Amino acid sequence: MTEITCKLLVIGAGPGGYVCAIRAGQLGLDTVIVESTKLGGSCLNVGCIPSKAMIHVAEEFEKAAHAAAGKTPFGLTASAPKLDLKQAVAWKDGIVQRLNNGVAALLRKSKVKIVHGRARFRDGKTVIVETETGPRTIKAETIVIATGSAPVELPFLPFGGNVISSTGALALTEVPKRLAVVGGGYIGLELGTAFAKLGTKVTVVEAQASILPLYDAELTTPVAKHLASLGVEVLLGAKARGMTPKGDAVLIETAAGEEKRIEADQVLVTVGRAPVTNGLGLEELVLDMDGRFIRIGERCETSMRGIHAIGDVTGEPMLAHRAMAQGEMVAEIAAGLPRAWDKRCIPAVCFTDPEIVSVGPSPEEASKAGLEIKTGKFPFAANGRAMTRHGEQGFVRIVAQAQTQLVLGIQAVGQGVSELSSTFGLAIEMGATLEDIAGTIHAHPTLGEAVQEAALMALGHAIHI
Amino acid sequence: MAERIIKLPDVGEGIAEAELVEWHVKIGDIIREDDLLAAVMTDKATVEIPSPVDGEVTWIGAEIGDTVAIGSALVKLKVAGAAGAEEPAAEPEAPKEAPKPASKPVAAAEAPAAKAEAPKTEAQKPAPTVEPPKAMTVPKPTRGVVQATAQDPAPRRAPGEKPLASPAVRLKAREAGIDLRQLSGTGPAGRILHEDLDAFLLRGPEAERAPGLSQKSAVTDIKVVGLRRKIAEKMALSKSRIPHITIVEEINVTPLEDLRATLNKKPAPERPKLTLLPFLMRAMVKAISEQPNLNALYDDDAGVIHQHAGIHIGIATQTPTGLMVPVVKHAEARDIWGCGIELNRITERARDGTATRDELTGSTITITSLGALGGIATTPVINHPEVAIVGVNKMMIRPVWDGTTFVPRKMMNLSSSFDHRVVDGWDAAVFVQRLKELLENPATLFIDV
Repeated sequence: MTEITCKLLVIGAGPGGYVCAIRAGQLGLDTVIVESTKLGGSCLNVGCIPSKAMIHVAEEFEKAAHAAAGKTPFGLTASAPKLDLKQAVAWKDGIVQRLNNGVAALLRKSKVKIVHGRARFRDGKTVIVETETGPRTIKAETIVIATGSAPVELPFLPFGGNVISSTGALALTEVPKRLAVVGGGYIGLELGTAFAKLGTKVTVVEAQASILPLYDAELTTPVAKHLASLGVEVLLGAKARGMTPKGDAVLIETAAGEEKRIEADQVLVTVGRAPVTNGLGLEELVLDMDGRFIRIGERCETSMRGIHAIGDVTGEPMLAHRAMAQGEMVAEIAAGLPRAWDKRCIPAVCFTDPEIVSVGPSPEEASKAGLEIKTGKFPFAANGRAMTRHGEQGFVRIVAQAQTQLVLGIQAVGQGVSELSSTFGLAIEMGATLEDIAGTIHAHPTLGEAVQEAALMALGHAIHI
Repeated sequence: MAERIIKLPDVGEGIAEAELVEWHVKIGDIIREDDLLAAVMTDKATVEIPSPVDGEVTWIGAEIGDTVAIGSALVKLKVAGAAGAEEPAAEPEAPKEAPKPASKPVAAAEAPAAKAEAPKTEAQKPAPTVEPPKAMTVPKPTRGVVQATAQDPAPRRAPGEKPLASPAVRLKAREAGIDLRQLSGTGPAGRILHEDLDAFLLRGPEAERAPGLSQKSAVTDIKVVGLRRKIAEKMALSKSRIPHITIVEEINVTPLEDLRATLNKKPAPERPKLTLLPFLMRAMVKAISEQPNLNALYDDDAGVIHQHAGIHIGIATQTPTGLMVPVVKHAEARDIWGCGIELNRITERARDGTATRDELTGSTITITSLGALGGIATTPVINHPEVAIVGVNKMMIRPVWDGTTFVPRKMMNLSSSFDHRVVDGWDAAVFVQRLKELLENPATLFIDV
C-alpha cells in the first residue's frame, strides 16, 4: 500500500473541490485531490452544464415549432422540426467531456495530484482511498471535505425503472410522451419546461402551495403563467403516494384530499438534494453537524482543526458558485493567508422560462429583518430590447435601504435575465447605492437598461415609464 | 465473545489530535463501563477517557507521550456478545465501531441488553448531548443524524451587519489585520472607501475614533517569548516557591540627603554624582556583616543554603526589552564611590544591551528601586534563589513630630521582602532596623565599629 503525504487533501473534485485544489496549487501547496467518479462533480456531469445544454436544445426546438405553427408575429415559417434526442444527448455529452478534460488540464497545470477512488477517513489526519490498484493512504496537514450532494430519493418512489432523478432525465434517449415531475423546485421546473417544449405532456406535483417556494410570488407568477401556456399542468398542495402496481401512473393525493392517477411514461423525482457523507468515514471524526450537513464556521472550518468542508455538504444554498468561492477561500487559508467568508450575497439563478435571478433579500425578507426599505420595479414590457427580442414578460426589481439608498437586493424575472446576475452581484458586493446604479450609463438598447430604470424608479424619477 | 475497538473520541475544542499522557489500564485488565482508560492532553486541558463498555483489555494503541489522532484506535476490548453488538438494530445507522458491520442483524438478536441510550429523539438534536447523571469528562457525541431534516438551517447573517465595503477594500483590510468595523466610511451609505482605509492605516485607530464612547471588542494576541517569557517564568517560580514576608519601614533621610548634596557638589570622574543607592549598598554590606544568613542562595531542591561571603548586589533595572538584574560584584570591597561607579556602569550596559552574561548573573541579594515612581510601599518579589530583596520607595518631604512641633523631613520608605522559609520575621525586622539606623545616621556608614 503506497502512502502519500501532502499539505492539502481535497476530497471531491466538484466545482468547490477542484477550484480549491487549483488555487492551492497556484499558491505552491503540495495538493492532492480525490474523486470517485468524473472530475467536475454534479455541476459539470449531471447538473448545471448538461441541463443547460438540454434546455438550449428545447428552446431551439420550440422556436422552430412556433415558426412551423405560424405563431411568430414577424412572419417566419418553417416546416415541422424533428429532434434526434440521441444526437442532442451526444452533443451535450461532448460538452461535458470537453469540460472534464479542461478540469483535468487545469489541475495538472497547477501541479495537483489526482487520485481516483473512494476516500474514507481513518482518523483526523489520514484518509484511505480505494483505488483501482488497491488502497492508498494519504496523510495531509489540511483536509477539505467537498463531497457535494445527491438527489433525494422518496421511499415510496425509489429510483429505478421509469422513476428517474435529474441525472436520468438528462440521459433519456427518447422524448417521453408523458412526464410526471414530483417536486416543483427549480430542478424539476427547468427540466419539466424543457421536456414540455420538446412536446412532452408534463404534470408537476408540488406538495407546497406554490412552485419555486424559494422565490416570492411576484417572481414566480410569470413562470407559472408560461408553464400554463406550455400546457404544463401544475398540481399544488398535492402529494405523491407511489406508483401504480403496473408502473404506468403515479398515484397522488390532491390538495382536496382526493386520490388521483397521473399517467406517465417517466416519473422525474426532484424533491431536493442531500449531502453526500455516507461511506466517507465521518463517524471516525465525530464532526459537529447541522442537521444532515457538516457544520462550518466563517472560515469553512469544521469542529475539528485542520478539517474544512465546502459546498453542498455544508448546507444551503447548494450552489456551485458558492462552493467555488468557499474552495478558493479555503485554499488561501491553507496557505496561511488571512481570509474569512465576508461575501454580502450569493446570487441564485433559475433557468426556467422566463428565467429568475435573485441576489440579496426580497422586499419581504428585508422588511422582516427590520429594515426600512424602498423598492423600484421596472417591467420589461417598457424595455425596447425586450420587445425586439419578443420577450416582454417580467421585470427588474431593486430593494434599497430607505435612508441611505444602499442597494440590498436585486431580483429579476424575464427572458435571458440570468446574464444580469453578475451586475446585480457586483452592485451589492461593491455596496452600491441607488444613485450609483442610476448614475451609470447603461448601454442602449439592452435588457440592462431596466436595472438603471428600476433604480431611478426607486429614487422617484424613472424616465421610460 | 467479540472484539470492540475503542477510539479516541473528540475531546472538544476542535482539536484533531491529543497527546497521550497516562494509561489507567494495561493489557489483561478487566474493566467496567465508565472506568477510565487513559488521559490525553490537549493544549488546553487534560481529558480522561472513560470506557463505554465492560470488557477485557487486549490491545493498547499508543505509548505515553505519543500524539494520537482523534478517531484512531486507542484500545481493543474483548466484550461479551457477538461482534458489533453495541447498539440495537432499531437504529437506522450502521454501527460505527463494529469491525464487521455485515453481522448487524445477528447482533441485534443476541444482544438485547446492549446499550440503548441513543434513541431516535436524539436524531433531532445535532448537538452532542451529555448524559447528566454520569457527568463524564467527555460528552458522548451523538452520531448519525442522517435522518433528521434540516429543521434549523444555518443562521443567515442579518443584512447590514457586516461593514459596507467593496471586496477589494475588505481584502486589503484583512491582509493588514484591520477589522473594518473599527472604521467609519465616508462613502455613500457609509461605505468604507480605499481612501478611508488608507487614512486609517496612516493615522491609526486613535484618529479614527468617533466622538463619544464606543465599545471595543478587539483582542490582540501577543506571544510571550524571549526575555518576557524568562521574566514570567522567573516571577512565577519565585512567587510559587517562596513564601514572602514583606516589611515596610520609614527612614528619615534628611541627614543622608544633606551629606549626598555636599558630596555631589564637586563631581569628578573618579567621584561621580551619587544617587541614594550607593549609600544603601554600603548600609546593606554593614548590616549583612552582622546577619550573613541574608546574603545567601537557598537551593530548595537540595535543601541547602549557600551563604556567600562575597556580597553581590543585583540591581533591578528597567531596560527597553524588559526587566534585567545586572550585578555589582563584591560590594563589600567597594567604597561609596566604587559602588557608585560600578552601579552606573552595569546599569548602563544593561540598558544598552551590552551587558555580558557574567554581569547579569551571580547576585546574592537584590535592590529594586523605581526612583520617583517608587510609591509609598511595594511588595518586592525575591530574585530566586536569593532570600532577601530591598525595595526603595520614593522620597518625599513629610511632617514629622519632633516632640514639640512638626518639622519637615525628607522621608523615604524601604519595602523589603524575605524568604520566610529560611528567614524568621524577627531576623528580617532586625535587618530592616539596622538599615534604618545606618541610613538615618550616615556617619556610621563610614565608621568601622
